[in-house]
Amino acid sequence: MTQAQRLDAAHDPCIVRIRGLRYGIGGRTLFDDLDLEVARGEVTAFMGPSGTGKTTLLRLITGQVRPDAGEVLVDGQDVAGLGRAGLYALRRRMGMLFQNGALLTDLDVHENVAFPLREHTRLPDSLIRSIVLTKLHAVGLRGAAGLMPYELSGGMARRVALARAIVMDPEILIYDEPFVGLDPISLGVVLRLIRELNDALGITSIVVSHDVREITAVADSAYLLSGGRVLASGKPSGLADSDSAEVQQFMRGLPDGPVPFHYPAPDYAEQLFGHLSP
Amino acid sequence: MRATRAIELGTGLFVLLGFAALFFLVTQITNREIGFGDGGYRLTAGFEQIGGLKEGAPVSMSGVTIGRVESIGYDFTDYRAKVVLRIDRYYDRIPQDSDASIFTAGLLGGQYVGIGPGGSETFFKDGDQIEFTQSAIVLESLISKFLFSKAAEQGAAVSAEGAK
Amino acid sequence: MKPLIRELADRALESTLAIGRYALFTGRLLAETPRALLRFRLVVGQVHNAGALSLVIIMLSGLFVGMVLGLQGFDLLERFGSEDSLGTAAALGLVKELGPVVTALLFAGRAGTALASELGLMRATDQLSAMEMMAVDPVRRVVMPRFLGGIIAMPLLAAIFSMIGIFGAQLVGVQMMGVDPGQFWSQMRGAVEHDDIMEGVIKSCVFGVACSAIAVYEGFHAMPTAEGVGRATTRTVVISSVVVLLLDYMLTAVML
Repeated sequence: MTQAQRLDAAHDPCIVRIRGLRYGIGGRTLFDDLDLEVARGEVTAFMGPSGTGKTTLLRLITGQVRPDAGEVLVDGQDVAGLGRAGLYALRRRMGMLFQNGALLTDLDVHENVAFPLREHTRLPDSLIRSIVLTKLHAVGLRGAAGLMPYELSGGMARRVALARAIVMDPEILIYDEPFVGLDPISLGVVLRLIRELNDALGITSIVVSHDVREITAVADSAYLLSGGRVLASGKPSGLADSDSAEVQQFMRGLPDGPVPFHYPAPDYAEQLFGHLSP
Repeated sequence: MRATRAIELGTGLFVLLGFAALFFLVTQITNREIGFGDGGYRLTAGFEQIGGLKEGAPVSMSGVTIGRVESIGYDFTDYRAKVVLRIDRYYDRIPQDSDASIFTAGLLGGQYVGIGPGGSETFFKDGDQIEFTQSAIVLESLISKFLFSKAAEQGAAVSAEGAK
Repeated sequence: MKPLIRELADRALESTLAIGRYALFTGRLLAETPRALLRFRLVVGQVHNAGALSLVIIMLSGLFVGMVLGLQGFDLLERFGSEDSLGTAAALGLVKELGPVVTALLFAGRAGTALASELGLMRATDQLSAMEMMAVDPVRRVVMPRFLGGIIAMPLLAAIFSMIGIFGAQLVGVQMMGVDPGQFWSQMRGAVEHDDIMEGVIKSCVFGVACSAIAVYEGFHAMPTAEGVGRATTRTVVISSVVVLLLDYMLTAVML
């Protein structure tokens, strides 16, 4: 990448650009000719019913899997074209929050948050300590620094993981299903944190979720994905006004509609009584 | 921090114990002192028959191990087995007319070289050759010798009877 | 007939692939070794897990194996009137054979399963992916210290096993059966060579590499489900045991 391109990339209003993406797994095509853009400094949500490959999309953006065709550009770099070193360099600028937190179970909260610092820097212990405490304070868990992961509730574990995700001051923060299984209070905390971290640190946030209400509350823009395509995109509040039946079904949570209630199966009567007919 | 110290302590104890065990095995259940090969001096001895003598077999005087068999070869100049003995340097006053024999420890035990002291005033030094040697006793030849002598006795008895 | 042949061919191909994957993974581990040794503190923690925590079971097993050797050896040798050689028989049996092999089998059951299930759970709970996302290579950070810890622990455990075993045999032979203690030790000293001990050490080092590699491979590649982790631990024990016995035969044949 030349200097000029790098400058271009820095001025690009979109930090992630996906063009013509095709990806399949085990003979099933998850994405076909998918186009997406994530605006710099905003909270962008990917929504969609389970099984549409939202998490796979995150894996594609972070280079954990490679697309069959098309390109995934993160800050102007084609993720698929990066070698191991390049990929690791890129990931240092990203933070990711896994569904269950994925804290390292043999380290306490403090060491979990300190982990990326210890692996990537040679900072003195005292400095690491203050950085870690700042980040834990930001998620409201400074007092939990000495606890082990198994002593944390689900919501707390997720907040610790969030502190760990921001400890290297990433430019992009990725949340994989951050609202699943949280009580209303923890949910409120996480929602607030996503918004505050995004605005205070000036980072770009990508949230994958199927929780319509929460997304509407937190996201600046949203993509609704289903069957490997983008069904709708734009401001989350505007999505509900779409006249597409599929979008309506998802946004309103209707049990039956274009996404059928039944998994594809042979005819019901045929399967039940077929063997009786001559 | 406490937990790490406990782990380090436990690991340290484990490693110490492991090496102690290894040291025990090396020093206490084998006979060869460490660095034995460096000290001492060599003697050679020729034998007609060494039987089952092996490298590393003990060399003893009156039952005290004073060295080991270092190597075994065949000498084509006098068509005998050439055995090199390494004698510990503490045993440096073996008379030069001493003899070497190959014995068997017990009926089925391993074979060793026994040194019988002579009466000379001069002592062996590095590289000397032991002149007087006695070969290993091979059980088969011993038995056949015994049988032949029995047969000869009987033959003599039979012929004596015939003469009567 | 066709499906059977096809099935056999598929199985053969699958096995060859598995062996290839194992070899490549082990090769990668060995290639990473010098680098991983630099982060020695991580390795020390794993020596603790694989070694210090296996100590009790190893010592207990060693004691009883030694005591059984004392009984059986005494019974056998007494028939030839050579019970004085009990020390030799027990020491050679332990140092060359039982020490390395039984230690390796116990190691597979104790430390190997712990390694495999720990790595499998880390995989299942996304901890390994999280490391990947933090630009930390999980092979370097997680797998290597465990692999090396196992390799360091194995020969030490085997030595401890043999030592305790010899004392166990001594306990039965000398204290209970009345073998002369002087004969017990001196015959042992006369017969056991440094080469015998080296044979045992070499064996246990090889077993250490094999058992550790199998455990971390199975754990690292476990399916990220509860069933997958369970299967990984089972496979660890089964594969380790078979491989240890197979390697034992080959090493014995080579070094005899």
